Amino acid sequence: MAIKHTQEYRDPEIAAMLIGKIKQTSRKPFRLMEVCGTHTMAIFRHGIRQIIPEHISLLSGPGCPVCVTTQREIDTFIALSGIDNTIVATFGDLMRVPGTESSLENERACGKDIRMVYSTYDALNLARKIPDKKIIFLGVGFETTAPTIAASIVYARQQGIKNYFVHSSHKRVIPALSTLMEDEDVNIHGLILPGHVSVIIGMDAYRPVFDKYHLPCAVAGFEPVDILKGICSLVDQIESGHPMLENTYPRAVTAEGNKKAASIMEHVFENKDTAWRGLGMIPQSGLKLRDTFEAFDAQKVFAVEVPKSEEPRGCACGNVLKGAVTPPECPLYNKTCSPTSPVGPCMVSSEGTCSAYYRYHSNSL
Amino acid sequence: MKYNKILLDHGSGGKASHQLISEILLPLFDNAILAGLDDGAIFDIGGKRLAFSTDSFVVDPIFFPGGCIGDLAINGTVNDIAMCGATPIYLSVGLIIEEGFPVEDLNRILYEMKRAAQKADIQIVTGDTKVVSKGAVDKIFINTSGIGIVDDGIHISGQNARPGDKVLISGAIAEHGMTIISHREGLTFESSLASDSAPLNHMVKKMLSVSKKIHVLRDPTRGGVGTTLNEIALQSKVGIQIYEHLVPIKPDVAAICELLGFDPLYVANEGKLIAVVPFDDAEKVLSTVRENEFGKDACFIGEVVDENPEQVFMITRIGGHRIVDMLAGEQLPRIC
Repeated sequence: MAIKHTQEYRDPEIAAMLIGKIKQTSRKPFRLMEVCGTHTMAIFRHGIRQIIPEHISLLSGPGCPVCVTTQREIDTFIALSGIDNTIVATFGDLMRVPGTESSLENERACGKDIRMVYSTYDALNLARKIPDKKIIFLGVGFETTAPTIAASIVYARQQGIKNYFVHSSHKRVIPALSTLMEDEDVNIHGLILPGHVSVIIGMDAYRPVFDKYHLPCAVAGFEPVDILKGICSLVDQIESGHPMLENTYPRAVTAEGNKKAASIMEHVFENKDTAWRGLGMIPQSGLKLRDTFEAFDAQKVFAVEVPKSEEPRGCACGNVLKGAVTPPECPLYNKTCSPTSPVGPCMVSSEGTCSAYYRYHSNSL
Repeated sequence: MKYNKILLDHGSGGKASHQLISEILLPLFDNAILAGLDDGAIFDIGGKRLAFSTDSFVVDPIFFPGGCIGDLAINGTVNDIAMCGATPIYLSVGLIIEEGFPVEDLNRILYEMKRAAQKADIQIVTGDTKVVSKGAVDKIFINTSGIGIVDDGIHISGQNARPGDKVLISGAIAEHGMTIISHREGLTFESSLASDSAPLNHMVKKMLSVSKKIHVLRDPTRGGVGTTLNEIALQSKVGIQIYEHLVPIKPDVAAICELLGFDPLYVANEGKLIAVVPFDDAEKVLSTVRENEFGKDACFIGEVVDENPEQVFMITRIGGHRIVDMLAGEQLPRIC
């Protein structure tokens, strides 16, 4: 595997050079938002906050798919697990997210058949191996995850697999960026844009948002050197007063993106209005299965009664997702809310901001 | 506890397990020996200092590259006793078998147990076998307990780490855990990983023969190196500082961890030990470990410090700092 490749992007000397450049160029205080949860986690894991100048604040955005999934959707997932003769297949991150009354993990402990899978391929295999059960895959994620799920649906149709269903809670990054830009609580001077999503959607997809708001933007990868390159680009743009849409991750991201992935997504999904935790209803920001694939659409095939959903009281996840507050400012943080007994989703996911703070941040740092 | 049911997290070896032990088990069975919370109990009987430990093995799959549930069950308890600074002598074995389990598989497991016992130079002197109805256990569960002798002048405990001590690891981390994860049903990529399951008692004996001053010995099994270092920091009320670039990990293990979003610091090992050794004896202990077949890649990964008591810190490869907390909840594979 390509670990040698990643080592190049963890090189202490290159990192030191970039840090030197950032320190030299950066004069005024400013706030950057890393939109993607994987960036948040990488920034903490590599200790990047402590090595850049103090006047550069890094805020986390709404880029953790589990975190922006609404309480209503979580409650729906839990309700789906109660249908007779079904197996709910899910990515691991969702297991521990508390719904209004329970969590998937808790339901599994009560005997519901809920399986953690690593890919849609595993969920399809379950459907093939256990033909007398209905397999419902919980489709949560952004444009990074959606193409593989679209492909699994196309494959299921080709193979005549009739017991495979997808509940699509997929979300699109670009509409969320526009909503963030319009939000009065959001006060940022530059965006570190997500590398993985950009591999799929391409640089051009950001152009309309950039042209409208003229905020410094840099697409960045996830290794420390990648992230420092992104920050370096933003510092240059901010100090020079010339906002750009810069691709600092050219080894993976192109102007037009991955056309094959985009076309299979387009084939299977269409846009719909969707609610995000923290950001509210965002027009055209979600993906639902097209009518031609309705036989695989769990939302159409299964009617579940979902009790009234309530957001956890006192939980600041919504504002954390906009970068409006930091996790330690939440009244529940490290009191009633911790990774072992999370109250809000940002404390659960390995990409969640609160989880990153809890795991890697200390007041003594 | 927030939940009224036991969740898998309570067995993960991390925070939830500690909560279960400290809130439910310890208050009931309260005694001075148990309260030490080391890998085994150490006590005197008839003028001899003994170490006594028990462990249950429920690994799935039961056969995996580098071992099976059988040798794991022997090595696990042998190592727990060795981590008390003791020489393991006798083991007991309890088998709980699901009806319908193939005799061929049982034979294979028992044969591997025999081989592991020979390699560790211990004897299995008592045992028990139960068969339960289909579904009451998953294939086979094994419990082993063991007893060993602690030589005079040896005082190993998680409470003994002192500022200035060096922290040694006997080899590359996260191999057992990632082997198991990558061979579980549902994960469909091929890899060349193998479990590091191994008996460490001979290594420990050699280490103690060159230095009786070793302060702490631990095998970082469930919860991994990160959790074990936190336990030591808590028990000894000291800080521990480690360096990312010094922590040994094989490239393929690192790659699979990256892929699944696992932090290798929290992934289980079954043939590695962490030793906390006074500065003056550190080099000779390290060279002794390196002479052992299971310690060739041993190295120092950090030191015990005065600052930040009860916490573990890491200096990252690029010079940043971060906290290394105890594993909080079973690690979950990420979405993207």
